Amino acid sequence: MHELGIANSVLEAVRAEARLHPGARFTKVGVRVGELSGVEPDSLSFCFEALVAGSDLAPLELAIERCPRRHRCPACDVSFVVVDYELACPQCGKAQTDCIGGEELELSFLEVEQP
Amino acid sequence: MSRVPLERKVLSENEHIAAGLRERFARHGVLCLNFISAPGAGKTALLERTLEGFPAGRRVAVLAGDIQTDNDARRLARFGFPARQITTAGACHLDARMIERALEGWDLEALDLLFIENVGNLVCPSSYDLGEAAKIVLLSVAEGEDKPLKYPSIFFKSELLIVNKIDLLPYVPFDLARARENALRVQPALEILEVSCTTGQGLDAWQRWLDRRQARAAALGIPLPL
Repeated sequence: MHELGIANSVLEAVRAEARLHPGARFTKVGVRVGELSGVEPDSLSFCFEALVAGSDLAPLELAIERCPRRHRCPACDVSFVVVDYELACPQCGKAQTDCIGGEELELSFLEVEQP
Repeated sequence: MSRVPLERKVLSENEHIAAGLRERFARHGVLCLNFISAPGAGKTALLERTLEGFPAGRRVAVLAGDIQTDNDARRLARFGFPARQITTAGACHLDARMIERALEGWDLEALDLLFIENVGNLVCPSSYDLGEAAKIVLLSVAEGEDKPLKYPSIFFKSELLIVNKIDLLPYVPFDLARARENALRVQPALEILEVSCTTGQGLDAWQRWLDRRQARAAALGIPLPL
């Protein structure tokens, strides 16, 4: 259950941004969560809501973008979403492909209401 | 209403500290390995057997993470090498700042090898970079062979899988071939060793893996993790 700490890190990042925009009210923060990140999106939402309620940042919303595992084939350069651990290239069948996505644990945007 | 792009890692502070640690380990020629498993898979036992096999002059130290007690550090200190406990007081993983603090007062120049035993947990430790050169995941045959599929993050991020307690194979329904297959589905580059810390089976191969990994790190400089 490290999602509480992750949620807190999101809020700290929003607070850091708030210092750069005095007087602005933040309504929503976007976070990308990859399926290989080790973070459970539902649990993150639950922790986020618990931390925001009654805080200086309320009512801030969390928008989670779930990022699937993506691979690229080094032979034919096609990129694809990995489903059920099928890592072979769907186009040419090459077994060894390179992971290019799915580890994300990133802030993506903030929605701001200007004063 | 406007939307401001915010391209930053959520754990950027941890990553910043981890990058600093990685740079220090590289500068002092320390190979740092982060051991991760579910509780009871045998991390401490593996480290005990490993330290037990080392000659007295081996330049190794251990950090052992647990939620409570210094039992593991006491178990590991018996072999005469520096060992420190990190008690997380509830946290389910180690983070880079805990490592930074725990290293205070240790001369990294006197070390070639640093083992970090993470808190027993297959999920949370996978999100936190500790500045290690490699993560090593342990799975015991008393667990399910589908664990790599259930907890892909840690198997994906590890360089080596150690399957422990293979002396118990005759008594449990664990399918070793299936476990290997599952782990390689998640991470095709994963190396796999099978050991028993009770009988010592396979520990010579583990010792050779460690020697090879150290030699490679020394030859190339300590490489960044995958």
